[in-house]
Amino acid sequence: MSSNKKYWKSVEELNENSSIVEALQQNEFVEAIPTDEFLGDKESLESSSTSRRDFLKYVGFSTAAASLAACEGPVIKSIPYVVQPTEIIPGVANYYATTIANGYDFASVLVKTREGRPIKIENNTDAGTNGVANARVNASVLGLYDSLRVKSPMKGETAISWDTFMSETTSKLNGLSDGKEIVFLTQSLPSPSTNKLIAEFKSKYGRVRHVAYDAVSESATLDAYEARYGTRGMANYDFSKAMTIVSVGADFLGDWQGGGFDSDYSKKRIPTNGKMSRHIQFESNMSLSGANADKRVPLKPSEQKLALAKLYSYVTGNSVGSENLSEGLDAVVKAAAKELKKAGSNAVVVTGIPDVNAQTVVLDINAYLNSKAFDPETTIKTRQGSDKAVMQLVADMKAGKVGAIIMNGVNPMYTFPNASGFAEGLAKTDLSIAFSMKQDETSTNCQYIAAAPHYLESWGDIEMKAGHYSMMQPTIRPLFDTKQFQDVLLAWNGNGVSYRDYLKSVWTADILNGASFNKAVQDGVFVTRSKGNNGSGVSTIESSVTQLKDEFVTKTTATSINADGGSGSVAALSGGNAARALATSAKGSAAMELTLYTKTGLGDGQQANNPWLQEFPDPITRTSWDNYITVSKADAEANELINKNVATGGLNGSYVDVTVNGVTVPNVPVLIQPGQAKGSVGIAFGYGRTSNALKDEMKTGVNVYPLYQNFNSVQEVSIEKVSGEHEFACVQLHNTLMGRGDIIKETTLEIFNTKSKRVWNKIPEVSLNHIETPVTSPDVDLWDEFDRSIGHHFNLSIDLNACTGCGACVIACHAENNVPVVGKTEMRRSRDMHWLRIDRYYSHQDTFTEDITEKDDTDGLGLGNYLVGDREGDGSLSTFSRLEDPNDNPQVVFQPVMCQHCNHAPCETVCPVAATVHSRQGQNHMAYNRCVGTRYCANNCPYKVRRFNWFLYNKNDEFDYYMNDDLGRMVLNPDVTVRSRGVMEKCSMCIQKTQKTILDAKREGRLVKDGEFQTACSSACGSGAMVFGDINDKDSKIAALKEDDRMYHLLEYVGTKPNVIYHTKVRNTSKA
Amino acid sequence: MFSTSLAAQDGDPVNGKKLYGVNCASCHKLDKRMTGPALRNVEARLYEDEGLDRAWLNAWIKNSAGLIKSGDAYANKIYNEYNKVAMTAFPLLSDQEISDILSYTAAPKPVTTPPPPGVTNVNPGDQTSNELILGALALLFALLAGALVLVNKTLKRFADAKDIEVAIKEKGTPIWKAFVQNQFLVLVTSIIFLLASAYFVYGLFMQVGVDQGYEPVQPIHYSHRIHAGENAIDCKYCHSSARVSKHSGIPSLNICMNCHKSIGAVADATQAEGINEYGVDYNSEIQKLYKAVGWDEDTQQYTGETSPVKWIRIHNLPDFAYFNHSQHVSVAGVECQTCHGPVEEMEIMYQHAPLTMGWCINCHRETNVKVEDNAYYTKIHEELSKKYGVDQLTAAQMGGLECGKCHY
Repeated sequence: MSSNKKYWKSVEELNENSSIVEALQQNEFVEAIPTDEFLGDKESLESSSTSRRDFLKYVGFSTAAASLAACEGPVIKSIPYVVQPTEIIPGVANYYATTIANGYDFASVLVKTREGRPIKIENNTDAGTNGVANARVNASVLGLYDSLRVKSPMKGETAISWDTFMSETTSKLNGLSDGKEIVFLTQSLPSPSTNKLIAEFKSKYGRVRHVAYDAVSESATLDAYEARYGTRGMANYDFSKAMTIVSVGADFLGDWQGGGFDSDYSKKRIPTNGKMSRHIQFESNMSLSGANADKRVPLKPSEQKLALAKLYSYVTGNSVGSENLSEGLDAVVKAAAKELKKAGSNAVVVTGIPDVNAQTVVLDINAYLNSKAFDPETTIKTRQGSDKAVMQLVADMKAGKVGAIIMNGVNPMYTFPNASGFAEGLAKTDLSIAFSMKQDETSTNCQYIAAAPHYLESWGDIEMKAGHYSMMQPTIRPLFDTKQFQDVLLAWNGNGVSYRDYLKSVWTADILNGASFNKAVQDGVFVTRSKGNNGSGVSTIESSVTQLKDEFVTKTTATSINADGGSGSVAALSGGNAARALATSAKGSAAMELTLYTKTGLGDGQQANNPWLQEFPDPITRTSWDNYITVSKADAEANELINKNVATGGLNGSYVDVTVNGVTVPNVPVLIQPGQAKGSVGIAFGYGRTSNALKDEMKTGVNVYPLYQNFNSVQEVSIEKVSGEHEFACVQLHNTLMGRGDIIKETTLEIFNTKSKRVWNKIPEVSLNHIETPVTSPDVDLWDEFDRSIGHHFNLSIDLNACTGCGACVIACHAENNVPVVGKTEMRRSRDMHWLRIDRYYSHQDTFTEDITEKDDTDGLGLGNYLVGDREGDGSLSTFSRLEDPNDNPQVVFQPVMCQHCNHAPCETVCPVAATVHSRQGQNHMAYNRCVGTRYCANNCPYKVRRFNWFLYNKNDEFDYYMNDDLGRMVLNPDVTVRSRGVMEKCSMCIQKTQKTILDAKREGRLVKDGEFQTACSSACGSGAMVFGDINDKDSKIAALKEDDRMYHLLEYVGTKPNVIYHTKVRNTSKA
Repeated sequence: MFSTSLAAQDGDPVNGKKLYGVNCASCHKLDKRMTGPALRNVEARLYEDEGLDRAWLNAWIKNSAGLIKSGDAYANKIYNEYNKVAMTAFPLLSDQEISDILSYTAAPKPVTTPPPPGVTNVNPGDQTSNELILGALALLFALLAGALVLVNKTLKRFADAKDIEVAIKEKGTPIWKAFVQNQFLVLVTSIIFLLASAYFVYGLFMQVGVDQGYEPVQPIHYSHRIHAGENAIDCKYCHSSARVSKHSGIPSLNICMNCHKSIGAVADATQAEGINEYGVDYNSEIQKLYKAVGWDEDTQQYTGETSPVKWIRIHNLPDFAYFNHSQHVSVAGVECQTCHGPVEEMEIMYQHAPLTMGWCINCHRETNVKVEDNAYYTKIHEELSKKYGVDQLTAAQMGGLECGKCHY
């Protein structure tokens, strides 16, 4: 039976009399193609100089030429040294200890150099003065090879020689008219030798002022400490000695007070003998510290002040008067105070409120508690700036009192709240010199740019903490015609010696006390006194009350304090008044409050031209290449601000104009941030630079330094929605775990201590002949187990309790493995190349445990209810759509994920060309030259850790990052292949490093010692969250970790048997 | 003349030559200034020019520093002339030994006449005889052919004369036609032809990027044959980083100067051999080294003007293959020649091995791991031996065939 159905291709066919249909039945096209017009025109064809035969000749010739050229191998030249330095062996890395001190980041580091080129920053574990290298320090090596560096001194726009520079500046300095000052505006420089040089300069020239300036000020902390202890600095904290930590607005796992506290913090976060520290965080923005806290209380900055004052009152029993906290909050603060008192000297309180009173109160509480973690004796010196001094300087410059200004390591034209005011003052100085690596905002406005070397090309010394001296030594000859600040100072002082010799003489005379200078250079650090144990050795310190700044409201009655916390003296603490003053100042207002913060990636913005840091996804928001205003969900709804995921897989957000005291920053993209305190917003510094010191791709985000008025990071603000949508490059669009507790297992300390492992870390089970069998059992395995008991078998352990999400590992992996940078557009398409990502999840309910309960309590599909728009029912559709939304104050968890190196790897079975195969040592190998780019492996990977080279990311002008210029490529690790377009890549478990360790042992004829095997991430991890090693070495740390009760595998029920292991997160909360 | 004859009489020039080689040659040459002055006829010259006798010489040789210190005029003059480097003291040389050495230095300079350039010293007779034999043979064959033609002609004439009919062979199908008509044969042939061409094309493609035998002209004609072969210098003396690094390293020029500071010219025989057999003037190649490293032969000092040598790299592994020399040289104890061929016979270095992956893999399959006296291997070897039931383990059994061992 034939069908009568008629098929039609266009509506035109429905019209019976259509001429088009008629025409189409006969011809392919409705109209005749005018080929004759062209081909018929004999004249034009003949007059054409290129005939068809010529064309074929050209094609033939060029094809032949191209293929012939391809057959000829290139001639490669090798040029050996004329005289080879004894310490350099081509192919063998050298390590040098040095120190980074760029005014914002301070750390003792080891620099790995290959053939004389620094290629990677590693931790100087022997130093341990200021924590470990963070993400920015790890990335700083790339700054050395920045193609936009200033290559010689400049006068205006023209390059000059150093001789000209020296003669001109010296004569100008000498020729300054009487009464005019010479001003040094420098970064915080706790450098003994430099300060001595400046003092010598003062005695030679007279009328010299030295102003230290921090882009992101810690002035309040410094003032409070100075008032109490007499020296300008900050109290040191050792969180490894704290069992109860209360932080009020202090992101001490981030950049609070110079950073570097996270590794000590993590030591007490791993439950040992049933104990771990308890961390309570009050804050407005969601910070790293808040994300790691056991209890996080979102509070507006003004409420934080009051909460801190009350906390003081509840701990010490002194009344602070003033208004009361809201009932719920009061209970929380009381509970925190109770915990503090219970912990006694094991407790510590910190705050980041930019207020002298708040800082004083914290000093008081810690002294009262006699906190072991609180160490006011080992003063931290990495921040020295004074807001008042800086503002005075600008006023003096504007008044024409400053004759010459010499800047080093600062960029006030970018970081100043009132940059135009500074520019006005700068124009009135007779001589302006900027020591800078870049033609940045400031140096281009100066008369002279003194081309400064990178810290890896410089000598220097830094006293990061009292008595802890760090040495900076060059690891490469200066790449360009640069001179460091100190060398020029020496020349101005008329001192003929080099800075290195000067440094040596200063150290020999003042610091070393007979110890070897060379040893100090080799170690990179020299400690003149052991860390003071607070509470025993602290002498009575005269508080310099008379020198208190006038705005320092606490006209205290105390004349002396005893930090011993001895009886009687506590009541006399000045902070009683400070707390009252703090409480009074904490007048809540209805206005929106802005907290300016720094991101883990860019910090204060001086490394904004670093593509690694730009591409680094923020640990909290998982967004790269941008800053944004973080608002709470409630405030977003009130202002009709939206975030939405678009079809391309990107995140879009509204724009707002942000106004503080009449200064407006327009078009700030909005990111709705779970955990943001209602009525508060946050924006990060460091973005929105526009000068030519940056490549165009790096000019991202908005500059919010103009909002940093009076150097106060907390401001009252008004926001107004404007039109347009911002395109974010966010790499994680799903924010919750949807109750999938097997991805991140977590439990509470109580359950962990009291219940068996089967309760809180159960191995998933599958049914085998109707008997529930653990998936780890060989009976339910599809695969035959390969014998890996001989030789090495590598495992990487990740402790979710110790991981703070700092991201140092991500950058270390970048540097070690030549991971390319792909740029914002590609990141937005989820084509990021990071081999190691740190997933961040929010809970939907108050805790992740409740999420799991909610998921488990689903009943049926609930399609009907779902279709009518019901999202409250317990059908799975409604439940899961609900679970997608994070809580207003969620629990947060970080999970570093890299290739899991499965023993039964799904990727390996689907590769058609066997480009990815397994090794006996447990590593999943990826042979790039074998890969044909089918991407089956990436599709079959349950962990989504494989990365595809969609483009050629090196020597490609479309990706104009460091791999596109000769200078930038010098940072590449010569032991790791630079991948080409069309191949898959992924974490190799740093096989180049494990192979090297094995080879070293073989050559020396010995066994590999425990701890020798390292990956880039595990050696960068300061918190001890990542441990790498050989589980066949039964005495190793990793073998013990593998047998630990908290150990689990990611997605264990898939049966992939990964070689990366995780450790269940334990939260120190009483609530289940 | 008296002293010369005296030295000639009381010394033994043969023993002197031996002693000279051991003690003096690193700084002195007979006819050329080096670190120290030329020594030919030194005793006679000193006596004639400066009036210094054997006693002075003995004192100088046994303790030159002492002599200089004593304020001796000529001693100080020499000391200053030679960059204030005092001659090593030889207190252990006996007077007899000194006179042996001096008698050696007093020997007259041998007259050497270098062979005039262009004339080869190959025996001309050999070549001539070869050509003669060939010529004679050719003539013989020509004669034979001529004789045959003549015989044929004569026979034909006989036949004509006697009216004998010569049978004319009937022409059949030509063989090529028969071949074309036979379809089976055509099929077989074309298959064979296709297979053969496929084989050759495959072979051709597999040669792409394989540079076996690559022998580029280097900026300095460096003869491994002389250095590693004749002089038997250990490979790792110059390529020292092969012991500890992934690179064997091209020696820096200061390594060359360790020896060439004293060796400014090759022996005459070697020079002649170079010119005749390899068309290279070794002495001028040494001059190239001096120029590159900035060595002034006359003053025996470095000028500081250097121009690094741009060698052409011969062994080029692709970037995605990781190879470590120390693994093979130090750990496995593989001879350099295993991969680099008979370097000690190579006048100019060339690539001996194909450096293909198959070549690497083959060796890994066949070579046993050197586990003796290496604590690293003790346990692994024991366990693996048990597993595979063999005493000797190949690199492959040790995991040496895994992709990631070389590709990362």
